[in-house]
Parts: sequence; C-alpha cells; structure tokens
Amino acid sequence: MKKLLCTLLAWAALAAHGAEFDYRLTPKAVAPDVYVFVGKTEDFDTVNGGNIVNTGFIVAPEGVVVIDTGPSRRYGQQMREAIRQVTDKPVALVINTHHHPDHFLGNQAFADVPIAALADVQKGIASDGNAFAENLFRMSGDWMKGTEVVVPTRVLQAGPLTVAGRTFRLIALGGHTAADLAVLDESSHVLFAGDLVFNDRAPTTPHAQIPRWLGALDNLERLMGEAGVKVLVPGHGAVTQDAAPIARTRGWLRWLSETFTQSAAQGLDMTELFSLPLPERYRSLPLAGSEYRRSVVHLFPGIEAEALGHAH
Amino acid sequence: MRFARWIAGIAAGLVLAVPAWAAPPAKDPLASPRWGDMEKIFLAGERYEFDERVKVLAPAQSENPMQVPITVDATALPDVREVMVFADFNPILEILRFYPESASPYLGFRIKLQQSSPVRAAARTGDGVWHLGGVIVNTVGGGCTAPSAGSASTEWQKRLNEVSARSWSEGPMSGRLRLRVIHPMDTGLVAGIPAFHLESLVLKDEAGTPLMRLTLSQPVSENPVFTLHRARSAGNVEVSGRDNNGNTFDVRVAP
Repeated sequence: MKKLLCTLLAWAALAAHGAEFDYRLTPKAVAPDVYVFVGKTEDFDTVNGGNIVNTGFIVAPEGVVVIDTGPSRRYGQQMREAIRQVTDKPVALVINTHHHPDHFLGNQAFADVPIAALADVQKGIASDGNAFAENLFRMSGDWMKGTEVVVPTRVLQAGPLTVAGRTFRLIALGGHTAADLAVLDESSHVLFAGDLVFNDRAPTTPHAQIPRWLGALDNLERLMGEAGVKVLVPGHGAVTQDAAPIARTRGWLRWLSETFTQSAAQGLDMTELFSLPLPERYRSLPLAGSEYRRSVVHLFPGIEAEALGHAH
Repeated sequence: MRFARWIAGIAAGLVLAVPAWAAPPAKDPLASPRWGDMEKIFLAGERYEFDERVKVLAPAQSENPMQVPITVDATALPDVREVMVFADFNPILEILRFYPESASPYLGFRIKLQQSSPVRAAARTGDGVWHLGGVIVNTVGGGCTAPSAGSASTEWQKRLNEVSARSWSEGPMSGRLRLRVIHPMDTGLVAGIPAFHLESLVLKDEAGTPLMRLTLSQPVSENPVFTLHRARSAGNVEVSGRDNNGNTFDVRVAP
C-alpha cells in the first residue's frame, strides 16, 4: 500500500514537473526562411510560464539569426531545440530588441554565440536584469528554474548589418523603453518591431515615454511604406501583413496620455483614476484593465507634477 | 437523558452569561494575524469599532511599492477630530495622522510598503470613539528598504521642500486642494542613509483659520502628494511644513 502511494506520488510529481514545463514552441513561417514563435496575449503566470512574447529567427545562408530569447532558460533551450528541427545551420547571432525580461532571459541557452543589443539595452540588462528576473520567478514560478541573466556581449549600431550572408536594417528607436531596436530583414521584408508594437493586447508601460514612443510609431509606419514591408511582427500578439497594430498601439497610447492629462487638470488623484471606466472600444482588449491601472502608476505621477503650479 | 438536559442547561447558561461579564473582542474584518498587536499599539484602553463609514481606497495589487496610492475618506462620519493611518506589516507601522480642522476628513497620499499588508485608517470622533476602516494591498514589497531616488542624486538638495500646488474652486472638484512637496522621505532603514522626512504640515486659509494639520512618518512616499478638500473653495491657502532636520517652509497657494 505504502509502495503504491509512493509510486503514485512520484508519478504525480513527474506529471507536474517533468512533462509540464514544455512551452510547446512551434515555429510559424511568416516568410521564406523567417519564423516566429507567437506567444499568448496574457500576463505572466505559472500556467503559461511566461510564454507571452513573440520571438523569432531567420535562416541566413551561413547561419541563424535569433531575435529575442524569451522569458527563461527553459524557453531559450526549447527555442534552440525548435530551431534545430528547422535547420542544421549554427546560430550566428542573437539580438535582444530591448531590456525587458521576457525578451532576454533565454540568453543563457545561447551563451556560446555572440549576443548583440543597442548600447543602452546592454546597459539596462546589466543594471536591472536581476531585479526583473526575480520578479518573473515570483510570477511564473518553477518555469524559471535555473534562469540567470546573460548580458549581451556585442553592441549594435543603427544602420545596415550583414550577418551570415544576409542583410538586415537596424532601426534604433525608443519610447517603450530607453532603447528599442526594430529589425528589418531586407530579403523577406519582414519587420520585427519589438515591443514598440503590441497587437490585440494592451501595451505595457513600466519604462515608457509616450511622446517618444509615438514618434517611434510614426517612424515604423513610414518605414513600412518606404521599405515595402510585407509582414509586421509585433512584440506581443498576432503577426500581420498590414500596419493596423501600429495604429492601434498609437490609439491606446494617445488615449492614455489624454486621459492622464485631463485627469490631472481636473484634480483627480490616482485612486480615482483606477476606477474610471474603460472606453467601450477597449473593454474586450486582453489585459486592458490591468495594464491601464499599471500605467496610472507608471505615468500619472509625472503628468500630475506638471499640472501642479509652483507655490511661493 | 436527564444528564443530557443538565449539560444543555449549563451550556445555555454559559452562552447567556458570557456577554454579561466581557464584551467579545471585535473581530478584525481583514483577519490580519497582526491585529492583536495593532490593537495594543494604537488603541490600548480606547473605545473603538470597525466601521464601514471609514473608507480606505487603494489598488488591490500595487505596481510600485515605493508609491502606493491611498485615499482615506471618513466624510460619512460626523465630527471627526483625528485620523491615524497605519500598515500592519510595515517595519514602521504609523504612516501619518491628520486632524481635519475645518477641512473634510478626507486625504489622498502615497505610501511605501515593505510587503503585502492591511492599510488601516482609524478616525476618532468627538465622543472619543475610534472608527476603523481598512483594505489589504498586495505588493512585491521592499518599498521601505529601497533607497529614495533623491538619495542617489543631488538635484533634490536644490529643490528640498519646494511646494507645487493647485486648488479648484469650481466644477465637480470645487474645494479640492492638491499639494506636492519635494522631499526624499528617507526611512532610515537603508544602510548609510539616515531617516530624513517631513514631520509636520499645517494648512490655514488666508484669515488664519486652520484647515488641516498633518503629522507624517517615514512610510509616506518620496516627494509626497496630498489631496484634500476644504469647505470654502475661494481664497489663498497658507501651507507651512517642517522636517526632522529642522528645515521649514512657508508658502501660499493661490486659487
């Protein structure tokens, strides 16, 4: 009886741990030789393990270029394994688009290849990476086991970049964070927009500067026309063939900014902002309520300080 | 059978007897394991009751443990003389007290939280009874032992005790006054950074009538922002303040 119980317990533990930490990453081909792992439009939790982000890779003539590495060591390893199912070519370069943890905590699985980022992204990962990782341990639990910060080793500049026989255009922007990199694959006309663009999920704003972000969106929209972009890969949410997610991200940011500016002028306090109703158009947008409330905390204090006049 | 009836009789007698010799202790609606301590520290020997008329508004989940927005609204109670605000699980329990003299018993502010905790407000009415309201705020914590942004730069030294403020004299917010003071509000719990915080704020109208008095403790957030209401919405407000290092300020807020 005892033996049976032990076996059952061991089996239950295996079911909970051994088998369940599988992100089931399936590469989606969005253009010839260009693949995206599309994450869920959810917040981090112990069920999704942080698979809420889009990462991707491009199979170049002489190797693979990886764009963002996901939220954990396990994700990075499983991503690398999934890439191996598609091609035998070695990974030539990993790019981190910005310093948010769901985009670089899989770097450990690629520690043997050059990992590249804009200078400010590299700096941000070095200074904030551990605090971000701790927060994800709290939110995603054991999925994060063994995850450690690996800081990018190579600094990228804006402009053309040729890797493994394929040419990319690097567009250095900012506004979602201090430094956000967009990557255009010149051969396939696929644009990896990083978290400057969210699709069907409310944008996150912990390090946002909205005016700069809006400027970056204008840049990306212009680029889509000029460079004949065929596929837009947002940082979160479904891949599209048009610029609609750019317009929707812009719409959300403008709404936030106007709401906060008006509320500050009317004299509202933060606790009152939390209970303002969402406009009809955002009621079914995933995470709209929680991201709006987080944005109140991130952005309202600065806007409110401007609205209060100097007293003498 | 007779025995059972006898037992039942004793039990009934006990049940009846209990209220006669001791009022049962008030049950904490937030079921905090720290409530017993809070009661001893803040309410020993006082008359008090849990009262839904004292509202504490806060986000259930706080995004930033250094700046947790709180609004205390005791306007449903008559004759409020003093309101104290405290958090059961903070290393420094008391957050602030305010004395609504001719202003409403209403105050918005922001606090630092070290971990998830009940945040409570106790309002004392003229009859001496404390009325308690509260809410549980969940947070990742660490707000009391993280250095202030000010402590890492010298910018605040030039602007220490600088006040920005605005009052609203018409519309739905008529009577509202909002006030921000530049101050690092260091808790003293960060190695090498001594406690340095505002201790008192006094607000008067232009005739010198007291509006509200506040005594502030370390858990009030850096560069504190206050929201309050005065009955008469016109005229200047005079604000004076002092920190624990003896720095003072005196400013006028024009309507």
